[in-house]
Amino acid sequence: MFPYIIRRFMLMIFMLFVLSVVTFLLFNAVPTDPAMLTCGKTCTPQIVEANRIRLGLDQPLPVQYFEWIKGIFVGRTYGSGTQTFECHAPCLGYSFKNGEEVTVMIKQALPVTVYLALGAFVLWMIFGIASGIYAANRKGKWQDRGIMAITLIGYSLPVFLIGLMLLLFVIVRANWLPYPDYVSPLENPIQFFQTMILPWISLAILYAAYYTRLTRSQMLETMSEDYIRTARAKGLPEKRVVRKHAFRAGLTPIVTSAGMDLAGLLGGAVITEYVFSLPGLGRLAIDAVKDYDLPTITATTLVAATFIIIANIVVDILYAAIDPRVRLS
Amino acid sequence: MSTPILRVRDLQKYFPVTKGTFVKKQVGNVRAVDGLSFDVMPGETLGLVGESGCGKSTAGRSMLRLLEPTAGSVEFDGRDLLAMGKRELVRTRREMQMIFQDPYSSLNPRHTVGSIIGAPFEVQGVKPEGSVREAVQSLMERVGLNPEHYNRYPNEFSGGQRQRIGIARAIALKPKLIVCDEPVSALDVSIQAQVLNLLDDIQKEFGIAYVFVAHDLSVVRHISDRVAVMYLGKIMELTTRDQLYTAPLHPYTHALLSAVPIADPDRERARERIILNGDLPSPSNPPSGCVFNTRCWKATDRCRTEVPLLREISTGHQIACHFPEDKSAQGQSTVSGADFTSH
Amino acid sequence: MSDVVLSVKNLSVEFATEDGSVHAVDNVSYEVKRGKTLAIVGESGSGKSVSSLAVMGLIKSSNATISGEVHFGGQELVGIDPEEVRKLRGLKMAMIFQDPLSALHPFYTIGEQLIEAIQVHEKVSNSEAAQRVKIMLDRVGIASAEQRMDEYPHQLSGGMRQRVMIAMALINSPELLIADEPTTALDVTVQAQILELLRDLQKEFGTAIVLITHDLGVVADMADDVMVMYGGQAVEQSPVRELFYTPQMPYTWGLLASIPQMHTDSLKLDPIPGTPPSLINLPAGCVFAPRCAHRNSVPDGLCLTTRPELTTVSSEHAARCHLSVEQRSEIRISRNIGKVD
Repeated sequence: MFPYIIRRFMLMIFMLFVLSVVTFLLFNAVPTDPAMLTCGKTCTPQIVEANRIRLGLDQPLPVQYFEWIKGIFVGRTYGSGTQTFECHAPCLGYSFKNGEEVTVMIKQALPVTVYLALGAFVLWMIFGIASGIYAANRKGKWQDRGIMAITLIGYSLPVFLIGLMLLLFVIVRANWLPYPDYVSPLENPIQFFQTMILPWISLAILYAAYYTRLTRSQMLETMSEDYIRTARAKGLPEKRVVRKHAFRAGLTPIVTSAGMDLAGLLGGAVITEYVFSLPGLGRLAIDAVKDYDLPTITATTLVAATFIIIANIVVDILYAAIDPRVRLS
Repeated sequence: MSTPILRVRDLQKYFPVTKGTFVKKQVGNVRAVDGLSFDVMPGETLGLVGESGCGKSTAGRSMLRLLEPTAGSVEFDGRDLLAMGKRELVRTRREMQMIFQDPYSSLNPRHTVGSIIGAPFEVQGVKPEGSVREAVQSLMERVGLNPEHYNRYPNEFSGGQRQRIGIARAIALKPKLIVCDEPVSALDVSIQAQVLNLLDDIQKEFGIAYVFVAHDLSVVRHISDRVAVMYLGKIMELTTRDQLYTAPLHPYTHALLSAVPIADPDRERARERIILNGDLPSPSNPPSGCVFNTRCWKATDRCRTEVPLLREISTGHQIACHFPEDKSAQGQSTVSGADFTSH
Repeated sequence: MSDVVLSVKNLSVEFATEDGSVHAVDNVSYEVKRGKTLAIVGESGSGKSVSSLAVMGLIKSSNATISGEVHFGGQELVGIDPEEVRKLRGLKMAMIFQDPLSALHPFYTIGEQLIEAIQVHEKVSNSEAAQRVKIMLDRVGIASAEQRMDEYPHQLSGGMRQRVMIAMALINSPELLIADEPTTALDVTVQAQILELLRDLQKEFGTAIVLITHDLGVVADMADDVMVMYGGQAVEQSPVRELFYTPQMPYTWGLLASIPQMHTDSLKLDPIPGTPPSLINLPAGCVFAPRCAHRNSVPDGLCLTTRPELTTVSSEHAARCHLSVEQRSEIRISRNIGKVD
């Protein structure tokens, strides 16, 4: 088990390295001159050149990459002489559009996205798995068909539509909740919940539908396995057969999906954040794209991809924890 | 004595066992096939029999170069198969075919039976007399399929019929050798006999030599002229069918034969049988000396250190054992180590 | 009289499908006595496995209809609360299957799976159950049982896994063991070990065994009585010697003539032509008639129009065939089937 984790870990570091190179190169492949974007309307070639040197954009690519990586780990200094500007580690760059360090912006946006993703995750996992098992146990009966019909609807409705409908009916028409206005849960837990509940639900509906279907098909597949017949032949009550024998075996693909989906959302749930005006990572990324804010685009891409890579290794380790055949071979 | 159609010498197929994350280090070998030597004469059937993991299927594939052998030599019809370039190999494949175990997965489900059986003509660029369609339909008729089913798909056929399709494909180009890999083990008993008889008839008609790879000793006895018994990648005993089944000289052959229950209650219950202890050792870490020594009731220190070579003990009877069974005392051995039971 | 452990009468299993109803098992009756083995022989689709799953109450499909009687342990099992049958499973009647790798749960250790088999039926502590498991694993010939209990199925060899399955099935000393092709997936030397083990355990515990197999060699080795199934029906039932030496049904003859044998001088195989019937469209007459070489020996085309009843030849031997007993022995003698005295 231990060498397995070490092996995965080394692979993760390697993947992160490749990722950083690719992200960096993409940033440089953009046809726009980054130095041009640094100054406002009253721009002269002199200012652009000065900024180019200040940002180190005159250096060869490998040097720029090294500076960038150095910034992430130990911080970096922009410019020279009197006009230096200190960017502390982890320094992901400086956003001229916002006049702020990218790291600071991400630090503000990340918790919002994490709360959003985790809350929705808990909701969809509970409802998705429970209704999936329920439907599988009643395969072909009206309960199963009903659940399948509902999930099909849930699965095919776009998130923004669900979000806007909830917004319209729950907040605008019925006035059950105040207009969403994000605050930290540490500051005002009640307002936090009032703001987050609808985003959670609208995000969870889509995923719950998918996880219901996934769980159902997994359960149906494992229920036809030989070892389920053995469990029944032992005289185990059906409930035990389902919960102890079938569920654990059917769990592996669900774990994989769940890990990757959660990681994807942690990189930013763009639409939901937009609909409910949540200042999260997804919003930050989209705004950056709109404004050609290249350092911010690079940074958000890097953060989102890092989540995916970490999720990958977590899923692999969970896999090994669930399945001894992975662990012991 | 005619020349053999297939001459195999010291054939080896090792599969590397690797370890490591980035740099794969080879830490050992699975010795699937470890030094096989035998001849197959034109028109004869050589049975290759053994338990799972003995390397018989790997051997079957390696001798056709469907798997690249690690070492050794294979001569087909006087030509060195392993020295051939790709094009020559493809041309030679015309004369050597294979029939697989699983009639369900060895046929492409999206191709019609006609195109499956006709494929060898196309691949090899051979123009049969008349049209390909006529040739395929006469092949179908020959193997007992309805030629009108030319345009049907494999899933419309039963297991036995699918194996007939496989046979038709294999004999399309009138090969000199067919390697049959467990061709009847997936079939029901009543169908198994049909397919075995078909293979028999086709051999007589076209003079094809078979290498018949199987685990079922009674099937092998039925179809083979000579039989090689394999254990952990090596031949333990090779001789004519009658010799092997009536007077086996290798203890493993003896045990193997005695393990097969015979379909006659009185004889079955009266006979003495040898029950081997333990399981097959791992082919990645085979025992030293004779590979069978860990389960052999006759094993001595010599067997644990010195590899017995396959040697001719009498005309046409080869055996790899330091202490062959005594023919006259067959079934009387009382050496301890294995359970001898009768009930 | 209490010697009869399992008595099945007129058992039928039908599955409703979109293509029509499938008569998987049609009117099958048999008995198994304490310490005896009944072999059920047949090819795939003959109904041999389904009939046993029905006895165990393991047919869960909602489109299955099971009728007839299954007397076991003083109870009638058909039609009672499934919960009652569940309590018998694993305790009074147990089952082992063809492929021991897929029949064991890949995620639980051998020990966990066996301990569970005890604790479903009996309130015992983990340590006591573990102790009993260890003794049972020793008994079925698993070396260093204590260590094996912590291992997972994929770490064992095929023969070892089937030993584990046997240990699990017999751990509560059931009266009945149903073994569904228990050695088909195993190598022949391992098969010999497992059959030997089953025989020893049967002697020791007095278990009644229903052995489902397609291998007539295994039947000759293990069975006291035999039931041959074809197309969902029992076509011949008899004690083992009579089945091999004076078989009464052309399908049985066909089976005996079509298997390659280890001991006969003749190497000629005489296969049964054609393929087994589809269970959806069973022939109106004898289920075997379309493949039977002797159907023209019966007047009026009876074989193709009328289903033969299971008629007795001697007190313990019955077959479904329109041929007269004299005709049958003539054919047997002329074709050298069975033992001709």
